Amino acid sequence: MAFGPHLLLAVLEGLVTSAVLALTALGLSLVFGVMRVVNVAHGELFMLGAVLAWAITTTIGGNPAIGFMAALVLAPLIVGAVALAAERLVLRKVNYDPEATIVATIGLLYIIQQLALTFYGADARPVPPPFNMRISLPWFGYSGYKLSIIGASALLLILSWLVMTRTKAGLIMRATQYDRETAQAFGIPVDRVYAGVFALGAMLAAVAAVLIVPISQAHYLMGQDPLLLSFIVVIIGGLGSLRGTVVAAVLIGVSDGVISMFFSPTLAKMIATLLVAMVLVFRPHGLFGKAAQ
Amino acid sequence: MTEGSSPAKAYALHLAVVAFLFGLNFVLPAYHHGLLARILVLATFAMGYNLLFGYVGLLSLGHAMFFAAGLYGAGLGVHHYGLSVPLAFVAALFCGAALSLVIGLLALRTSGVAFMIVTMMFAQVLALAILYFAPLTGGDQGLVLQQQERVIQLGNTVLDLTNPTVRYMTALGLFSVVLLLMLAIVRSRFGRVLIAVRENEERTRMLGYDTFTNKLTAMVVSGVICAAAGGAYALLFGYVGANFASVQYSILPLLWVLLGGAATTLGPLIGTLFMYYVVDITSSYTSAYLLIVGIALIVLVLFFPKGILGTIRQRLLRWLP
Repeated sequence: MAFGPHLLLAVLEGLVTSAVLALTALGLSLVFGVMRVVNVAHGELFMLGAVLAWAITTTIGGNPAIGFMAALVLAPLIVGAVALAAERLVLRKVNYDPEATIVATIGLLYIIQQLALTFYGADARPVPPPFNMRISLPWFGYSGYKLSIIGASALLLILSWLVMTRTKAGLIMRATQYDRETAQAFGIPVDRVYAGVFALGAMLAAVAAVLIVPISQAHYLMGQDPLLLSFIVVIIGGLGSLRGTVVAAVLIGVSDGVISMFFSPTLAKMIATLLVAMVLVFRPHGLFGKAAQ
Repeated sequence: MTEGSSPAKAYALHLAVVAFLFGLNFVLPAYHHGLLARILVLATFAMGYNLLFGYVGLLSLGHAMFFAAGLYGAGLGVHHYGLSVPLAFVAALFCGAALSLVIGLLALRTSGVAFMIVTMMFAQVLALAILYFAPLTGGDQGLVLQQQERVIQLGNTVLDLTNPTVRYMTALGLFSVVLLLMLAIVRSRFGRVLIAVRENEERTRMLGYDTFTNKLTAMVVSGVICAAAGGAYALLFGYVGANFASVQYSILPLLWVLLGGAATTLGPLIGTLFMYYVVDITSSYTSAYLLIVGIALIVLVLFFPKGILGTIRQRLLRWLP
């Protein structure tokens, strides 16, 4: 293959990564933005979504499309319930103290990971894609399902943006994010908003995982890379900024795709992590973010 | 403050602990003897972590990089460059000092959550670098140091670090030196400034203390102690592996310190001892030891944020350092 088509393939692969990454990172960014806590278990909730997708599609069997649609609805709901339970039983009890939350979510990370290993096993298992269609380009054929991931993710992102900017629920979330105490004084049930946002963040990760699992298999350690990449995206995009998150996800996803196609993936990850750490050191509000109030 | 009101009691207690550990050398069965040597080295790692987390209040999620700096500094020195054991240990200290100085200069520009994430990312870069330079570091497999690489020549006497008693005594020596160093630091002016930074950084700065330099110094001392533990681990147990640079080895010292009691001098030892034995005992029933680690972290944060010694100090022994 010539350089041009090779590059196009890399960009397409990168866009698929970006699409999933944007959803995962949006979940993390939402939780950080509104609640001011970092959920280190976010990657494991992603993994849980993928593992559940496998469990649901195998249980249902039959036409892969039906199983997949069921997984797309059920897996995020279950993951959201798990997150909700964690929020009520642990995070609320430590009063959302940033350090205690990090330690507690690290604990949650290990618990979910170990339970997945015990009950699901150490194997990577595939989930059949809901449809098989190859779109033939002049140089190579490309999976129609992968393109549909990009479409689905874009749709969900636009939907999130509409919810945040056009609905009452979005207004309440933004008010809580802007000033927790004033929001409380105006009768906003901050406590319930926190619970909802934490569950919603986890559900976004789970949706992303269900979308990606037909092309990348479910494995109990698959949560580590999405966590790190989501951190990177949230930091570069500016904490709590939806537009920044999407721009950064596309930037990171595409450059990751292109760099790993031409260089060693370890080296690519190393350089990306180092660059992002430097961004955080020298530009703490991200490349697109505004200074905190 | 009741702290420091009875220095003689505090020193007597610490010397008694060291003497007790010395005595254990002669009575412990072989299995527990080996385990305790390992625990003493890891407790040293936890003490280094405690200096920064407990006393300065800086929660780092990347201390595995300092342990790994010592581990690889000593391990590669012995394996590839033919350094003698004492020189390899010095190399470990030097690597820890250099790395913690650079990381400190960068990471201390941030605070709070950003500090945790930045330290975690730098540690991740080091862990990836260890995998990337596999021809030098052995990558995933790591390196095994042979017995002839782990002997100290002192004139005519030869100290073989693979000998259980020599190994235990070396580990205890390192642990005791660091324990007494920690006690001295905590009781010094420097230690008090660190605690002041933890309690209220703005006010400390207003009182005329250079908080950045104090934090940086604490970071470097902490890094050197962790690197010393890493170097000793490589030389005593003969294995240098990439998993010691992974996130898990940044979380473990945090867990040990939280369990034993942050900002207590003996807490890291108690936390490491307790956790190591819990994992050791449960692993004979189940392989799910990460589950125990996870539950322990959550239970500690929910119910015992001060840890074992912290709670004892609060309720019973106010003079405990």
